[in-house]
Amino acid sequence: MEPDLTELTSLTLAEGRDALRSRRISSVELTEAHLTAIERAKGLNAFVATTPERALEMARASDARLAKGSAGPLEGLPIGVKDLYATEGVHTQACSHILDRFKPPYESTVTAHLWRDGAAMLGKLNMDEFAMGSSTETSCYGPAASPWLPPNWSVEKARAALAGDKRGLLTPGGSSGGSAAAVAARLCLAATASDTGGSIRQPAAFTGTAGIKPTYGRCSRYGMVAFASSLDQAGPIARTVRDCAIMLRSMAGADARDSTCADAAVPDYEAAVGRSLKGLKIGIPREYRLEGMNAEIEALWRRGADWLSAAGARIVDVSLPNTRHALPAYYIVAPAEASSNLARYDGVRYGLREPAADIVDLYEKTRAKGFGAEVRRRLMIGTYVLSAGYYDAYYVRAQKIRTLIRRDFEAVFADGVDAILTPATPSPAFGIGEKGSTDPVEMYLNDVFTVTVNMAGLPGLVAPAGLSAQGLPVGLQLIGRPFDEETLFTLGHAIEQSRGPARWPQAWWA
Amino acid sequence: MSVDQAAVRRIAHLARIAVTDAEVPHLQNEINAILAFVEALSAVDVSGVEPMTSVIPMKLPMREDEVTDGEIEPLILANAPLAEDGFFVVPKVIE
Repeated sequence: MEPDLTELTSLTLAEGRDALRSRRISSVELTEAHLTAIERAKGLNAFVATTPERALEMARASDARLAKGSAGPLEGLPIGVKDLYATEGVHTQACSHILDRFKPPYESTVTAHLWRDGAAMLGKLNMDEFAMGSSTETSCYGPAASPWLPPNWSVEKARAALAGDKRGLLTPGGSSGGSAAAVAARLCLAATASDTGGSIRQPAAFTGTAGIKPTYGRCSRYGMVAFASSLDQAGPIARTVRDCAIMLRSMAGADARDSTCADAAVPDYEAAVGRSLKGLKIGIPREYRLEGMNAEIEALWRRGADWLSAAGARIVDVSLPNTRHALPAYYIVAPAEASSNLARYDGVRYGLREPAADIVDLYEKTRAKGFGAEVRRRLMIGTYVLSAGYYDAYYVRAQKIRTLIRRDFEAVFADGVDAILTPATPSPAFGIGEKGSTDPVEMYLNDVFTVTVNMAGLPGLVAPAGLSAQGLPVGLQLIGRPFDEETLFTLGHAIEQSRGPARWPQAWWA
Repeated sequence: MSVDQAAVRRIAHLARIAVTDAEVPHLQNEINAILAFVEALSAVDVSGVEPMTSVIPMKLPMREDEVTDGEIEPLILANAPLAEDGFFVVPKVIE
């Protein structure tokens, strides 16, 4: 019997893998079902480019390997790729006009690992321009919409908004909003994402998906469009914690082409899913309890601690005294590194070029036209904090504060704490067009619980933790010791189990 | 600290981003909002604290100093908006 299309796209990555291995379905069927779902979901604007021919070609090759019994860990599984991963000969733009028509002549290490293990590429996913944003609204392709309906919205109203400017629909978060929207809408089994200040974890929380930013150095950054090199890290978004574990095992690993990539063996992360929590000590940092905090998020946080405690973990109060400095320090370090990294977009070697009479004019006109407002703003801030006379007062001071933030975590882990539980976001998803139009800082506050993790280079996982009273997804964050992603998968899975069965939005957009 | 309009123009030029007269007041407000947001850091006691240089302690790997790629001129020029005879083309730089 022909498998039902919706049934195929509702499989988790692990279920899809098992169904392919037992030959109940073929990769071509699975891939075609997802390509059809993408076609019907154009309005969500999750994909900015699709690669159906390549996907089917990869699927056919996978079916051949599956028939021979030589399947890789991700054999035949169709996935999406965030637009900041270089994919050879395929659209790679970081959703910026300055990379118009750019087709990289090389493949990123992370995506090369995924293809090595048998995954099939469906296309490239929407994101905030150069990963600078928390809502995908800074994308040169316009915002992606969350598949979750805004509270009290009818399907008709949502469809009308989807066909228009999307205002009022919920944002899937950002910067990896296209990845999160596509995974939640069952357009792909999993997706690559990236996280500089919360860009995997906030979208995961907003869409009821799972996401992990691994330890700095766990994945190679080779072939990822750089934003802030000391903070950027690759990671997956998927519908379950187990699926994230499967994805990360393939994405991670040493790479001679990235000197900051750790030369350490990659564990079988999936084996950590379902392990006992007995003996694990979980810290609750008092500094994350903010004044005027969303009551529902606070209650969720407490419920998460209860869940972990009921599963056998021990809950302790901990202190991370420098937490409140993390976000301001981030908004010095990240723009500073961005201003250096993005100096390469000059209109000469690739991408957009605005004609001009002299070379400086060419640079200035090209960059003014090619970069969007948020990117230009951050590049100017970065340029300012690195400029003569301000370097010590801003940049060096922020790097010292970063040392203080890392010491806070080191002290807590030295006390025997295995992981730290915090909220993922200050609130459930907000609406497109709702934030940051007058004051950029309003949008930046979304990252208040997530940036500390990037500043300290630690792994952070967001596990789906159920729905708010208004029916919107909420997530919880777990922060781990360096290179101890396994404990996060164990704990994240326990939260996911305690939440009860996953619920996903009906396909009102199709 | 805050920036005036002259400083906004200077920063934009340093960043090689053209700005129009109409954009300057708006940019000034936004940049000052961000600078006000980070201002709290100036009160933090950082005496005796080393600035972070590597977020995860790791030794920089060494390798032989040898050519590992090259001979890929067509690939390097493939995305150039303007190229001629194996070169990137730019407006005249030296008179």
